[in-house]
Amino acid sequence: MKHCRVVGPLWAAAKHPAYAGRPLFVVQPIDERGADAGTSFVAIDHVQAGVGDRVLVLTEGNGVRQILKMGDIVPIRSVIVGIVDHVET
Amino acid sequence: MVPDAVLRCAAMYLGIVKGTVVAERKAAGLEGKKLLLVQPVDEHRKPTGDLQAAVDTVQAGVGDLVYLVGSREAALACDPWFVPVDAAIVGIVDGIDAP
Repeated sequence: MKHCRVVGPLWAAAKHPAYAGRPLFVVQPIDERGADAGTSFVAIDHVQAGVGDRVLVLTEGNGVRQILKMGDIVPIRSVIVGIVDHVET
Repeated sequence: MVPDAVLRCAAMYLGIVKGTVVAERKAAGLEGKKLLLVQPVDEHRKPTGDLQAAVDTVQAGVGDLVYLVGSREAALACDPWFVPVDAAIVGIVDGIDAP
């Protein structure tokens, strides 16, 4: 899982049917202090995250399929699965 | 820090369609699949990696901002799903609310 910050929502009318009704966000990987660490990417939301939240993003397909319970043929790879309250360093 | 190439392969990401790839001879399973050349970008449309060829599942066109899924899940976006691809365009972005 990656530690990320939610940058903002994105909208797409034309999309693969598996993405229908699922909120999409751009997320930015961050380090333990909250500084940007790497390139932003896209994830669907499973925990009602909001813009600016620090979140955990699952980026492994098999775990995603178990969470979404949509069967075995699901072309989704990144899902926001937790909201981080704080990180102790 | 994770190298861009690893991240590109590991998640879902944004890209801008730069062109169409025409390939007459392709591996079995890729017949009839539309291939587009895509530049991965961030939320500000700034390029973030190397151009790559991706299968299109949403009738995207040149210039469109799209999002892609990589790795094995790219094949799962196709029908039939057991095809040798590692990037698939799965949506055309209408807008991003990013500061």
